[in-house]
Amino acid sequence: MTELPLKNTPAHPAPVAGSAFPASAATLSRRRFRHFKDKLAAVSIAIGGMSVIAAVLLIFLYLVYEVMPLFKGAVIQPISEFRLEGQAPVLHLALEERLEVGVRLGADGQAVYFDTADGEVVSSIALQIPAGQTIASFALDTDVSGIFALGLSGGDVLIAQYAYDVSFGENNARQVLPVVRYPFGESVFNLFDQQSVTKLSVRSGTGELMLAGTNEQGAVALLKASKETNLFSAFSGGSADAGWETEVATISGALPDVDQLYLDVDRRWLFAIGTTGQLSLVDVRPAFSGGTAVIEDEVALVEAGRQITAVDFLLGGISLLVGDSEGSVAQWFIVRRDGNFAIEKVRDFDAGAEDGNRVLDLSSEQRRKNFVTINDQGYVGIYNSTAHRRVAFERLSSGVPIALAVSARGDGVLIENEDGSFAFWSVENEHPEVSWEALWEKVWYENYQEPEYIWQSSAANNDFEPKYSLAPLAFGTLKAAFYALLLAAPLAVCGAIFTGYFMAPAMRRNVKPLVELMGAMPTVVLGFLAGLWLAPFLENNLLSVLSTLVLVPLSVVLAAFAWTRLPDSVRFRIPDGWEAGLLVPVIVLVCLLAPVIAGPIEVVFFAGDMRSWLTNELGIPYDQRNAMVVGLAMGFAVIPTIFSIAEDAVFTVPKQLTYGSLALGATPWQTLRRVVLPTASPGIFSALMIGMGRAVGETMIVLMATGNTPIMDANVFEGMRTLAANIAVEIPESEVASTHYRILFLAALVLFMFTFVVNTLAEIIRQRLRRKYSTI
Amino acid sequence: MTALKKFFAGGTPWIWINAGAVAISIIMTVGLLLLLAYNGLGHFWPKDLMLAQYSQPVESGEPLVREIIGERVGNEKVTAERIISSGIPVTGDRLMYERELVKIGNRDLNGSDFTWLLTDYLDNIRFPENLTAFERWEWGNFYGYVREVREVGATVAVSDPANSADTAAWDALTERVARAVAIHDEIAELEKGAIGEVNYALERLRLRQRGLELRDADTPEALATIESERAEWDSRYAVLQEQLQELYAQIERDTVVMIAMNGQETEIEVSEIVRAYQPNGMHVGSKLIVYAQKLWEFLSDDPREANTEGGIFPAIFGTVIMVLLMSVLVTPFGVIAAVYLREYARQGVITRIIRIAVNNLAGVPSIVYGVFGLGFFIYFIGAEVDQAFYAEALPAPTFGTPGMLWAALTLALLTVPVVIVSTEEGLSRIPRSLREGSLALGATKFETIWRVVLPMASPAIMTGMILAVARAAGEVAPLMLVGVVKLAPALPLDGNYPYFHLDQKFMHLGFHIYDVGFQSPNVEAARPLVFATAFLLVMITAVLNQVAVSIRNRLREKYKSLDM
Repeated sequence: MTELPLKNTPAHPAPVAGSAFPASAATLSRRRFRHFKDKLAAVSIAIGGMSVIAAVLLIFLYLVYEVMPLFKGAVIQPISEFRLEGQAPVLHLALEERLEVGVRLGADGQAVYFDTADGEVVSSIALQIPAGQTIASFALDTDVSGIFALGLSGGDVLIAQYAYDVSFGENNARQVLPVVRYPFGESVFNLFDQQSVTKLSVRSGTGELMLAGTNEQGAVALLKASKETNLFSAFSGGSADAGWETEVATISGALPDVDQLYLDVDRRWLFAIGTTGQLSLVDVRPAFSGGTAVIEDEVALVEAGRQITAVDFLLGGISLLVGDSEGSVAQWFIVRRDGNFAIEKVRDFDAGAEDGNRVLDLSSEQRRKNFVTINDQGYVGIYNSTAHRRVAFERLSSGVPIALAVSARGDGVLIENEDGSFAFWSVENEHPEVSWEALWEKVWYENYQEPEYIWQSSAANNDFEPKYSLAPLAFGTLKAAFYALLLAAPLAVCGAIFTGYFMAPAMRRNVKPLVELMGAMPTVVLGFLAGLWLAPFLENNLLSVLSTLVLVPLSVVLAAFAWTRLPDSVRFRIPDGWEAGLLVPVIVLVCLLAPVIAGPIEVVFFAGDMRSWLTNELGIPYDQRNAMVVGLAMGFAVIPTIFSIAEDAVFTVPKQLTYGSLALGATPWQTLRRVVLPTASPGIFSALMIGMGRAVGETMIVLMATGNTPIMDANVFEGMRTLAANIAVEIPESEVASTHYRILFLAALVLFMFTFVVNTLAEIIRQRLRRKYSTI
Repeated sequence: MTALKKFFAGGTPWIWINAGAVAISIIMTVGLLLLLAYNGLGHFWPKDLMLAQYSQPVESGEPLVREIIGERVGNEKVTAERIISSGIPVTGDRLMYERELVKIGNRDLNGSDFTWLLTDYLDNIRFPENLTAFERWEWGNFYGYVREVREVGATVAVSDPANSADTAAWDALTERVARAVAIHDEIAELEKGAIGEVNYALERLRLRQRGLELRDADTPEALATIESERAEWDSRYAVLQEQLQELYAQIERDTVVMIAMNGQETEIEVSEIVRAYQPNGMHVGSKLIVYAQKLWEFLSDDPREANTEGGIFPAIFGTVIMVLLMSVLVTPFGVIAAVYLREYARQGVITRIIRIAVNNLAGVPSIVYGVFGLGFFIYFIGAEVDQAFYAEALPAPTFGTPGMLWAALTLALLTVPVVIVSTEEGLSRIPRSLREGSLALGATKFETIWRVVLPMASPAIMTGMILAVARAAGEVAPLMLVGVVKLAPALPLDGNYPYFHLDQKFMHLGFHIYDVGFQSPNVEAARPLVFATAFLLVMITAVLNQVAVSIRNRLREKYKSLDM
């Protein structure tokens, strides 16, 4: 470190004419060649040296490059504009999965399928509405199923489904044939007797259907249809709806003036929205089991002075999205409060810059918890509900929009204007699920009672709400590192102080390689021992292990005192600086004795089994693979790192300082406390930081010694999942370039940044210290 | 009292507590090594087979009596509460009971290999000399008596299990087991060697044909050549297949009838047996021979039974090859960086930044390297390489998937700071006078470094390389993302062109420990093997480290004298 590099002077100055050593042409060219080689080497070695910086930068930049797309907004680009002439007012607008075909359901009972590239009508199918009736109301089940219901003027309801038959023709060309199906039969269900169905809601399940509707008088009727199980009626033949058994119920009691009706995905809850913006949450289940429907909760969905302008379910049918006349959208769902059901507002999506513009339509994606809004100025907003994030807000229509459709994967948006013109836009929106709030703050997920920190990246079903909170992982990381340092820091620092300052040189020569050996121990071996040997051992011998924590320091002090009381003839046989060696048998003995003492104590005080006592009496849950196991194993792994650097700091304290102090009459301990430690403390601090960096990034031990459950609990007897272990577990299964994949890269980046800061700081402290020593 | 006061005032207890910390670290390290050695090496010793009566009391009525044959694995003391909660009634009112883990083998008959027994209920423990243990290719160990040996269904030899001096069937069996194992080896060699070569050649032909199609060069002539080559390989394959059939017919000749625990009779094919021995009748010498055989099997054989038995040779081989490749990659880079830092760079801001960078490389968690390797090397560079050079194999990726090369590269990046630091230390110890001497004699700076400095620093470079190798051999987390698998069908180095398969996935000792210890369906049975693997891995890294340290120390001594 102290040596300076050689001066970079050319070894061969150009030969001067008339030199004392005349050279031949061959020698000269050889010299030139050597000179060239020298220059070349200098350049390439410099490049080689710089490449270390390049490597660190490359890792950092690559991680950033993979993470960046997470925070990009959506990119919206126009695809086509077209017109459809002479259409009846729109009931519903939808897009096919591959964006090639759109469908428009009109109030005249026509399903018009059109090409999204130019608006050419592919096919126009008339729905089988019974003669003499007209469409009075419309309800959509979901865009996923394509099932919708038409409320008719004669009190009947027709259920139909818009769908596509996909076939592969020559050269595997995909051909889409639009169709209309009647999954619940071609005949109608009767809801009211000769009265128009003015409001309607529909929900289908496998072999089951539920309808809710009102008539002009405001009476609410419910209808449940299920697959016929009666053999007799199945053979009765004739009527097409013979296969469906219907059950009708009415809701008595005071529902206010109903404006809109929505049934939830389980067909249990009816959301009845009044004209004043009042929502009544009705449990309809009792109505079909002999009782009457119960109003469980009533709330005002919007503040006074605002009107509800658009309502839709979010993917999954749990959350209700409510858009209002001031341009904001609120997400509501049902939670349980003290045994009662209540509907609560989960979050608000602000209207952005265009306050005061009413939300005209709302549409949800079918793969993610995204929804799209359009307001009366033609501005389209794309939102993600979980992340509470607005991904895009752009003006996509210059006319007066009346309908909006978003494709299943959210990659296309279709807008219909009042004048019959359509605008079709492509959307590139890969990672809407990520925001600061989603990653680091409490998030109120669907089916949860309150906002929580949860990491749950995947599940089997399609409408799953991914939970990407890094908080429990970061917490687990710090928890593991904390317990590891709790063991490692005192052992390593005390050990380093003794080895660097007190220990006899002969013993030091043996101890240092041993600690290096400890540091070379593969972590997978430590993890394996921790998981398969230590964890069960600790579970069975919890009290013995805990008691050694007290007994060992006590016995050390006792041994020290006993040693000082020994006659000099014995004491002088062993020179100073060998205390550590003397203590080895003492500590081994204590560890062997601990179970003998602990057994009876456990029986007397802890009902024979401390583990179940902890759980039963104190209510502390105990996992076999817990933080204590991790702390012990990772502590073992971290000790050598801290020890080596701290020992170096203590040992290199200039000798003249300690000699001076000792010469002035201070005892060795006083010298250590007042001279050595203050001088070496920056080094010890940097050792601890590097140790912490190591503990934070350690993967295998945590992976093997904890249950890897991402819980947030500081309990030492419970496990955790760390960032590093989470990466190791999940990245092999995550889809490349998906949000999940990039979030795992983000976790890696967080780890990188953390250790970068810690290590850089530690290195700067050490460089300073080194310069300080060199001046003394 | 004053003695105590003085004792505390002088700070002695604190010094001793510091000493205690060192003592604890020593105990932990040595204890861990002993634990690994005991559990890892003890596994191969042929343990005596116990025959005992186990009578477990039932709440009412006669106790349940059964016969137990097995190896005693270990015992522990447990409180009565735990025994009762596991559903076994206890007699007496003691606080602690002793229970014993017995390996009863015969998984095909019993469902599991191990059982816990209360020592109190065990009695009449004997060790009959004719109790026989089989290690089998499948279903784990078998323990029982040899009753009868049959050849093609006809009885060859019969023994009376009750008479331990009657060794007729055992003698007949031993030679038949040797024969079956020999045939088994022959089959394995044929399948892996010749037939593997044919399969490999056929796959290459398929890729060649696909390559021609992609380049629109699939002329009839070219296709005909491929077709004729394919026919040739196919005919070769037919011959090999016939040989194989014949060997299979031979190996299935013999069977042996065994009497297992509780008199259960079962017939086992001799071809299923890996090794047969009667541990109770063996003296220490022959046990040592079996021990050595088993140890050698562990080091040199392929794993079997989902890695829970057999050897770990592919893992050792994969680790060695990967580590060698890594050191080839890491050494030049590390040495050049160190030479730059020590010989070329002016000591200033840049060198300080480089040192910080080196430290950061050393401190970045290894899993981050894994993530980087996966994203950058495999999905970024690997995918490009596939597009450019291995288009005929697509969509099956060649380099766009985890493999040997990427694992070695990732670990090279991970270990480069080790080489840099060690080389730099070596360079700093070379006296300035030597460099100045060389320069004064007219050598250029590069010549000085190349001819004088680097040769003298070579032990330090060596040290760095060894430390890097030790680190890489023990690293698992990044490898899980960039190339290791639990079971690699082929070794990365074999007799098929191009001999060294950089794109292949490989097995690794460290990952083997993780996989067998934590992903295996039968952890209890696999545990001893994991201990043995862990011990081997620790030994490898420990020996490498000690070698590196001793080289470093000798280097220091050498230059101490030069410095004077």
